[in-house]
Amino acid sequence: MSYNGGRDRFESYLIDRIVMGVLPPHEINRMARVTVTRPDLYESDGSPITGGLRDPHFGAIEPGEVCPVCGNTRENCPGHFGKIDLARPVLIPYYTDYINVVLQATCRQCGRLLIPSEKAEKYRKIYRRLKEKWPKLAANFVKELRKEAAQTMECPYCGARQFRIRYTRPIIFYEERPEGETRLTPLEIRDRLEMVRDEDLELLGIDPKRSRPEWMVATVLPVPPLAVRPPITLETGMKSEDDLTHALAEIVRQNLRLKNFLSSNAPETMIEEAWITLQYVVAAYIDNELPNVYPLTQKRVRTLKTLAQRLKGKEGRLRGNLSGKRVDFSSRTVISPDPYISVNEVGVPVDIAKILTVPMRVTPYNLEEARRYVLNGPYKWPGATFVYKARSGRKIDLRYHRNYKQMAESLEVGDIVERHLIDGDIVLFNRQPSLHRMSILAHKVRVMPYKTFRLNPLVCPPYNADFDGDEMNLHVMRSEEARTEAEELLLVERHIKTPRYGGPIIGGRQDYVSGAYLLTVKNRFLTEKEVVRLLAAAGYKGELPEPAIHAPKKLWTGKQLVSLFLPKDLNYTGKAKINSGPLSCDTIDCFHDSYIAIYEGKLLMGVFDKSAIGAEQPNNVLHVIALEYGDSKARELLDTMYRMFIRMLDMRGLTISLSDVDIPPEAREKIKDLVEEAKNEIAEMIKEFEEGKLEPIPGRSLQETLELKIINRLQKLLKDAGQIATSYMDPFNDVFIMAKTGARGSDVNITQMVAMLGQQTVRGKRVWRGFRKRTLAHFKPNDLSPEARGFVKGNFRYGLRPTEVFFHAAGGREGLVDTAVKTSQSGYMQRRLMNAEQDLYTAYDGTVRDLYGQIVQFKFGEDGADPMMTYHGKAVDVDRLIERFGVLKEASK
Amino acid sequence: MVSRSRKKRLDTRILEHELVPEHRILSLEEAAELLRTLSIKPNQLPRISINDPIVQLLGAKPGDIIEIKRRSPTAGESLYYRIVVVF
Repeated sequence: MSYNGGRDRFESYLIDRIVMGVLPPHEINRMARVTVTRPDLYESDGSPITGGLRDPHFGAIEPGEVCPVCGNTRENCPGHFGKIDLARPVLIPYYTDYINVVLQATCRQCGRLLIPSEKAEKYRKIYRRLKEKWPKLAANFVKELRKEAAQTMECPYCGARQFRIRYTRPIIFYEERPEGETRLTPLEIRDRLEMVRDEDLELLGIDPKRSRPEWMVATVLPVPPLAVRPPITLETGMKSEDDLTHALAEIVRQNLRLKNFLSSNAPETMIEEAWITLQYVVAAYIDNELPNVYPLTQKRVRTLKTLAQRLKGKEGRLRGNLSGKRVDFSSRTVISPDPYISVNEVGVPVDIAKILTVPMRVTPYNLEEARRYVLNGPYKWPGATFVYKARSGRKIDLRYHRNYKQMAESLEVGDIVERHLIDGDIVLFNRQPSLHRMSILAHKVRVMPYKTFRLNPLVCPPYNADFDGDEMNLHVMRSEEARTEAEELLLVERHIKTPRYGGPIIGGRQDYVSGAYLLTVKNRFLTEKEVVRLLAAAGYKGELPEPAIHAPKKLWTGKQLVSLFLPKDLNYTGKAKINSGPLSCDTIDCFHDSYIAIYEGKLLMGVFDKSAIGAEQPNNVLHVIALEYGDSKARELLDTMYRMFIRMLDMRGLTISLSDVDIPPEAREKIKDLVEEAKNEIAEMIKEFEEGKLEPIPGRSLQETLELKIINRLQKLLKDAGQIATSYMDPFNDVFIMAKTGARGSDVNITQMVAMLGQQTVRGKRVWRGFRKRTLAHFKPNDLSPEARGFVKGNFRYGLRPTEVFFHAAGGREGLVDTAVKTSQSGYMQRRLMNAEQDLYTAYDGTVRDLYGQIVQFKFGEDGADPMMTYHGKAVDVDRLIERFGVLKEASK
Repeated sequence: MVSRSRKKRLDTRILEHELVPEHRILSLEEAAELLRTLSIKPNQLPRISINDPIVQLLGAKPGDIIEIKRRSPTAGESLYYRIVVVF
C-alpha cells in the first residue's frame, strides 16, 4: 500500500467517451438479482422479506453483512439491481418527447416513416454526410424532416390514412380519429413503436442500436441497489426508509392491484383505472414535480424526493455534489490589512498553520529539518501532525503518539512527514464571488499571531476586498507540481496587469493616493529626520541623495525620494489626476505641477496621484514599469515606494472636520440669492405654462417641456452653488486633496456637503407621487414648484428640512434597489456568457477554437495580441516608444 | 425540403452597404491553400447558410469558401473565412 491509501490497487482506465442510450428491458432483466413482488419490507420478526424492497440481494449495507450475491461485505459490495415486472406497460416521462416524435412521423398501420422511399433514400444520403461533418446541422435537418413527415396524412407505403396525434405532457397521447379523440394506451403505443424500422429511426435522429423506441415504454422497471437508497437508523432504534424506497413500494402496491384485477377478470373500467394509477405513480417516481401528476407523499404531507429531485437544482447531485465538491486542506476567516507584508504574501494565523499541513518527503538533505518538526509535535508550531513510515507503510498520528523524540530519531529517508504550514509555503487565496481569474491568486505564507488572514491592502482591487468583515478562503496545495505551477502562474505579482483591458489591476487606492500626492507636492520639503523615517518605511538601504536645499537646513523634496525607487532609465510623461479644471495643462510646460515628467528615473515635475500609482489606471507609471521592467520590478515598487506613501500620511496625518466643509456667511448668502433667483425664474415658467404661453420643445408635450426646463434650470443652480461654495474653500484642505487626487470622494460629494443636495429623482423624474396631486401634505395640490417636487436646497453641513429628508430618502431608496437588481441581473448574464465560452481556447497556431476543433476566430482578437501585454489594448504604442527611448524634449533642456 | 424554389429577387445594393463587408469566393487553389495552412478539414471552418443574401448574390454553391474582409478595431483589417452549407 502506498501513500494514497491503497487506491492504486485497482486497475485504472481512461474514459475516452460516454454514450447515452435507453436501458433496454432485456438488459434490466439480465442485471436484476431480485424480482420485487411484495410492497412490505420486513417480516414480523424484523428480518427483510425476500422479494421485498429490502431483500438482501440488493447488496450488503450493514456493517459485517455479507452480500448473498457477490460475497463481499459492505466496503466492497457494489450493490445489485432488482426489477419490478409491470402487469401492463407504462410510459416513462421525458422519454415521451421522443415517443411523440416517432409516433408523429411514422405510419399508424405499418410503422414506416411517412416519407416516400426514393425521397427517404436521398435524405438518408444527405443526413449521413451532414452527420459526419456537421453534427449540429444534421440536428436541424432532422427537425425539418420530422416536420415534413408529420404533415403527411397518407402513408406512402400502405396507403393508410393518418390521424393527428395530440401529446399532453407528461404522459398522455390522444389520436384525433374521425369518430372522436381517443386516448392511446401504452400497449398500443408500444405496438406501434415496435413496428418502426431501424433505418427509419436513423432519419429521425435516433440510434436504433442503443435506443429502440419501444424500450421507452417500460414493461419492467429497474430497482436500484440499497446503497442508492440506504435506510437510516434513528437514535431511538427505529428504522426509517429512504424516499426512493417509499416511492418504489407504492409502485409495487399499484402493480399488485392491477395484477389482481387482471387475473380476477375484474370489470374493464377498474382495470383501466388501476393501470392509469400505475402510470402516474411511475411518472412520479421519475419526477415528483411533473405538472398534472399527483406527487407522491409520505403521510399526505411531505412530498417525496424522487429520482429527478435528487439530480435537479442547486443542491442536486450535479450542481451540489459534482460541480460543487468540498475540499480538505482549506480554511476561511476574516481578513484584515497589513501594509508591511509583501503583496505576494498572506498572513496566516498560527492556529490555522498548525492545522493545515504539507506532506514533506524526507531526503538526506532535509532529514534534520524534518526531525525538528516531528520533535515539536502537533501542538507546537512549526511541528508535524502525521508521520508516514515508508518501511512499514504505517501512518502514525502524532496526536496519539506521545514519544516525539523516539519518533524523530526513527525518521529515515523516504518517510513522509505532514508538517505544519511554514513561512514561504505557496497557498491559494480566494474571495467570492470568483468572477475573474484574479479572484484566486497564489500567495506566500507568513505565519502570524491572532486570528485573521492578513492581506496587503494593495491587493484589494483584484479580489474586490475590503476589511469591513470580509472573509476569504485559503487552500494548501499538496503536490510539488501544483505548488510550482501556482508560483509560476498565479503568484500575485504575475497579475499586476489584467488580461482584460491592458492596464494594472493592482495599485494604490485611497490612502496610498493621498500619501503619494502629499509626498510629491511642490511645497513638500523634508528634514533629514523625516527623510530617514520615510526611507526606513520603504526599506531603503542606499545612500541619502544630495539634499535639494543645503542651507540654512538640509532639506529634501518628496520627488527626490520617489526618484530613488524608479528604474534609472525610465522616461515617462503623462497627466496627473489633478490635471483638470483650474489646474489643467495640456503640455509639459505646466505651472500647476499637474503634468508628470520622469526623465532617466528622476521625477522632475508633476505629482504622483491616482493617475500615476493608482489601480486600474491604464498606462500609468506603475503599468509602464510592470510592462517594460517586468512584474517583479513592479512588485518591488509596491513593496517599497508605496510603503513610503503610507508613512507620509502617518507623519502628516489626514483627517477632515466640519470646518473643512464650512463656508463663510457671505458665501451662504450668495447661494441663497442664487436659489431665490432660480426659484423666481421657475415660478415664471410655471406661470407661463398655466397661462398656455409656454412654447413646447418639438416632439414634447407642454408638461414635458416645462419639466425639462425646470430640471435644466435646477441643474444649473446646483452647479453654480457648488462653484461658489468651492471657491470659498481652502483648496489645500484634506477633503479637497482627496477629491482632486482621486483618493476618495468627488466634486459632487463636496457640493452636497457644502452647498446643496440638488434635485432628487424617482425613475428619472422629479418626485411626483405620494398623496393625491401632491408629494406630501405640506404642499398644495398641483404645486409644481421646486421644493414641492423634491428639490433639496439643504446640505449635509447645515442639515435638511423634514420634507427634504423625505425626498432624499425616496431618491436614495431607488438607488439601493437599482444596485441590487443590476448586480443580480448582470451577474446572471455574465454566468451565461462564461458557460457559453468556457471551452474556447487559443490553439498553438493562433486560431481560436471550440472544444470540437471548430474555428471561431482565425487569429485571437483578430490581431493575435495578448491584451495583458499591451498598452491599454495597443500591442505597440509608438508614442510610448518615442517617449521611452527618445529624449524628453522640453524637460531635458 | 428546403423551399429553394422561392427565389426572391435580391437587391444588389446591399453589397454597397457600409455595414456589409467585402465578400469573395475563394478559387479552388486558394481554398486548398487555406485549408493546408490551417491544417484543418473544411468542416472545421465557420459556416454560412446558402440562404444568406450575400451568398446568393455571389452565386456561391455549398462547399465554397467565402473570404470576408472585415474592418477590425484591433487589427485594422482582418480576413475571415466561412464555408457555404445547405442550411
